[in-house]
Amino acid sequence: MASPRRAAVVGANRIPFARSNGAYARASNQDMLTAALDGLVARFGLTGERIGEVVAGAVLKHSRDFNLTREAVLGSRLSAATPTYDVQQACGTGLEAAILIANKIALGQVEVGIAGGVDTTSDAPIAVNEDLREVLLAANRAKSTAGMLKALAGLRPGQLVPEIPANREPRTGMAMGDHAAITAAYWGIERTAQDELTALSHQNLARAYEDGFFDDLLTPYLGLTKDNNLRADSTVEKLGKLKPVFFPAGGDRAEATMTAGNSTPLTDGAATVLLSSDAWAAERGLPVLAHLVDAETAAVDYVHGDEGLLMAPAYAVPRLLERNGLTLQDFDYYEIHEAFASTVLATLAAWESPQFCKERLGLDAPLGSIDRAKLNVHGSSLAAGHPFAATGARIVPTLAKTLHAKGSGRGLISICAAGGQGVVAILEA
Amino acid sequence: MSHDWYSDFVNSGVGKAIAGNVGLPPVPKLRRWEPGQPLLSGAALLGTATANGRVAKVVRAVLTEAGVEVHEDPNAPIGGGSSTSKVAAAIVDATGLSSPADLAAIQQFLTPVMRRVGPSGRILVIGDVPAEADRPAVRAARRSLEGLVRSAAKEARYGATVNLVHVAEEAVGADLESTLRFFLSSRSAFVDGQRVDVGTVAGYAGSASGTDWDRPIAGKVAVVTGAARGIGRTVAKTLARDGATVVCVDIPAAGDALARTANDVGGTSLQLDITSEGAGAAIVEHAKRHGGIDIVVHNAGITRDKLLANQDTDRWNSVIDVNLNAQLAIDEVLLASSDDQGFHPGGRIVTVSSMAGIAGNRGQTSYGSSKAGVIGLVEATAPLLAPKKATINAVAPGFIETDMTAAMPVGTREAGRRLSSLTQGGLPVDVAETIAYFAQGASYAVNGQVLRVCGQNLLGA
Repeated sequence: MASPRRAAVVGANRIPFARSNGAYARASNQDMLTAALDGLVARFGLTGERIGEVVAGAVLKHSRDFNLTREAVLGSRLSAATPTYDVQQACGTGLEAAILIANKIALGQVEVGIAGGVDTTSDAPIAVNEDLREVLLAANRAKSTAGMLKALAGLRPGQLVPEIPANREPRTGMAMGDHAAITAAYWGIERTAQDELTALSHQNLARAYEDGFFDDLLTPYLGLTKDNNLRADSTVEKLGKLKPVFFPAGGDRAEATMTAGNSTPLTDGAATVLLSSDAWAAERGLPVLAHLVDAETAAVDYVHGDEGLLMAPAYAVPRLLERNGLTLQDFDYYEIHEAFASTVLATLAAWESPQFCKERLGLDAPLGSIDRAKLNVHGSSLAAGHPFAATGARIVPTLAKTLHAKGSGRGLISICAAGGQGVVAILEA
Repeated sequence: MSHDWYSDFVNSGVGKAIAGNVGLPPVPKLRRWEPGQPLLSGAALLGTATANGRVAKVVRAVLTEAGVEVHEDPNAPIGGGSSTSKVAAAIVDATGLSSPADLAAIQQFLTPVMRRVGPSGRILVIGDVPAEADRPAVRAARRSLEGLVRSAAKEARYGATVNLVHVAEEAVGADLESTLRFFLSSRSAFVDGQRVDVGTVAGYAGSASGTDWDRPIAGKVAVVTGAARGIGRTVAKTLARDGATVVCVDIPAAGDALARTANDVGGTSLQLDITSEGAGAAIVEHAKRHGGIDIVVHNAGITRDKLLANQDTDRWNSVIDVNLNAQLAIDEVLLASSDDQGFHPGGRIVTVSSMAGIAGNRGQTSYGSSKAGVIGLVEATAPLLAPKKATINAVAPGFIETDMTAAMPVGTREAGRRLSSLTQGGLPVDVAETIAYFAQGASYAVNGQVLRVCGQNLLGA
C-alpha cells in the first residue's frame, strides 16, 4: 500500500478566549463557533465555498445543540452544502477533530476540512433536578388527567434546585484540580516550579501578541482583541502570593501547591483550523504551514488503577515516538497543554523517571528530558485560558505557524483530557 | 451617520411650499449609479467652441455607443418636446481656443443650456491644457474655462454638476473615454466644479477597448486599507461590484468588522497594522494567493485633532505615520515588487487626501498636513509609475456623511452640508465611485490627479 498523503495545516482562526462570566457571558457555543468560522472564511476567501467537512465539538453542550457544528456552518458564510459532524473527547476534542479531518485528507476522502472546538462555561447547560425530571417524565407518560395529576403530586420544593455542570469527574466526584493535586504530590512537583512555568506562559503569550504573532490566527470578538486571562506583568513573586485552591485527598493541606494562578481558569472561546491536501492549498496559492504527520491517543485507569487522571499523554507519546522511529529529543518545539502547571511538570518528570518508563511504559531507558526553551514558546493555556474543546484547535495552528516561521522542523503536541484520556500528535514543516 | 432632517423637511410637501416662500435652499436628491443604469437618463447637447475643436467627434462616438440621443443646437426641440424641454447633459468641446474672443461661443451655447439641464444633469467642458500654450492670449483663453466652470457650477440647480476636463495635446480620443463616462454618469454625483487632466503625465499607455462599463475592473485584484468600516468598507463593496477581488486590510483590533466586509464582498481579510515594519511585504505576500495586485487604495487614515497650541508630538506622529508614512513605505515595496506576483504593470494606486489638506481646518494641523502631504506624494509618484504604465491619483473628500461627521456639533455639521453647491453632504459611495474611476484600466491616461468629491464645498474651492 502506498503511504497516504499528509494533511497540510493551512491556517486558522479563533476568537480571543474570555474568562468565564465575563466578555462572552451572553454568547452561546453556536455564536462563538460561527464567529470563529466566519473569521476563517474571511481570512481565506471561502465565502460560499463548499468545504469537504467541518468537524468540531463542545464539552459543555446544551441538548438542543445536538447538531452544533452543522448549525454553526448554516449560520456562517460557508456554503450550506458543507457537511459536518460533532465530536466530543473532553479537552482532546479540538485536536481529535483535526486528526479526523487529517485522516480523511490522507485517505483522499476530502480535499479540505475545518476542525474546531468551542466551549462556554458561562452559557452552560443547566438541567432540571434529577428527581424533578423523573416526575415530569412520569406525568408526560400518564394516559389520563388523573394519572398526570397523580404523577405531579410527587413535586417537592427541593426539586427546584437545578443540576449545574461541574468540572468534576463523574466516577470519583472529585474536581479535576484535586485529581491533579494528587499527581503533583506524587511526583513532588514544587510550587515554585509551577509558578515559574505559569509566569513564563504569560510572558510568552504577551510577547507573541506584541510581535503580531496572532494577527493572522485570531479575530476580535465582542470587544475583546486578546485573551483576557493574559497577565503580561505576571511574575513568580506575584503568583507566589496566591493561596492554594486544590488539595490532594488525604494529604497535608499545608503542602498544597496548586493555586488559581498555576491552574487554568474556566474560559469561554472557540477556535478553528483549516486543513487541506497540498494540491488544494497550491491551487489557491496558500502557503502550507506544516503537515500533520501522525497521532496517538491513550487512556489510563485513574478510577481503580493508581495512575493520575491527566497522565494519559505520558503513555501516548512513547507509542507515537516508537511508531515514527523518533526520540523525545527529536523535536524543535513542544506544545504541552497546560491544564495545570503541575500536569506539564508531572508529565515531564514521568518521562525522565527510569522507574516510570520501565514499570509503566515497559521501556529499557527513560525518554529523558526536553529542552525547556522549546516548550510552549508562544504561551499556552495557563495564560490564554482553556475553553475545553477549543484548545486543540488553538495549539495546532500555533505550532504549525511556529514551525513555518522557523522554515523547517518537527513539533510535538500533547493534550490531556478528562476521563483519563490523552491525545498527542506530531507536526512537521 | 446622522440624519439630514433639513433635507427631509424641504423635500416634504409642506416643507417644499414653505421653503419656496421664504427662500430656504432646496436639497436635491442626487441620482446615483447602479449596475445597468444607462449613461444618461435623456438626450445630450454637444457644442463646439471653435472649428478647431478636436474632441467633439470622440464625445459623439462615446454618447452614440451608449445609446444617447445627441443634438448640436442648444435650442433643439427634443423628443417631440419644445426648445426648452429638459436634457440630461451638455458637453462643450472647448479645445482649439485661439483667444478670449472665442469664449463667447461657449457662453452662447451654455446660456440656454443652464435652463434646460434636468435634475442631476451634467455639464462638461473639455479644454486644452493651459500650461501647454506659450502665447498669452491662448493660455488666457484656456485658463478662463476654469473660472467659467467653477462659477457655472454654483449656478446649476437640482443636483446638476458642471466640471472641466483638460486634455493634453498628445492625447487621443480613447484616452478620454473613462473620464467622459465618469463625469456624465451618476457615478460623479457629488463631484462638482472640479477639473481632471487627461494625458498630462508623459509615458502613459493603455486601452479602453473591450471595457465592460458595468464591470470595468472585472478580474482585477484590489487592496483596500482601512476596509473595516466607513468609507473603506464602501470602497471595498464598490470595487467588488465593479468586478474586482478585494483584499480588505485593517488593524487587527478591527478584525471582526473587517471579516464582515471581506465576507460581504467575497474577498479576503488581512489584519495588519500598516505602520508596522514589513507591512508592504505582508500585503504583497497575502495577495500572491490572488496572483498579485492590480489596484491599491490607501484609504486608512486617522484623526487626532488638537489645536496646534495644545498639540503633542506623539499624537502628531501617529497621524503622520498612518496617513502618510505608511503609504510611502508600502508604495516603495509595490514599486520594487515583481511584475507577475507583486504590483502588476498597468496597476493603479489611489489614495485619499482631504478638503482639510487643501483648505485647512481648525484643530486639524496634523491631519491637514498629512492630507496635503498626500497630494505631494501623488505628484511625485505619478512620473515614477509611468515606466510601469501604472497611475496614482487621489480623491479629496469634502463633507461626507460618516460616523466621523455624525459626531460633529450640529452647527458645524449643518454648515458642512449647506456650504456646498449641492447643499448636502456626500455619501461614502460618492468617494468610492471616484476611486473606482481612477482604478479602471481604461483610466490609463489619468495620472497624478487630485479630484475633490465635495459637492463644490466653499472651503478651499
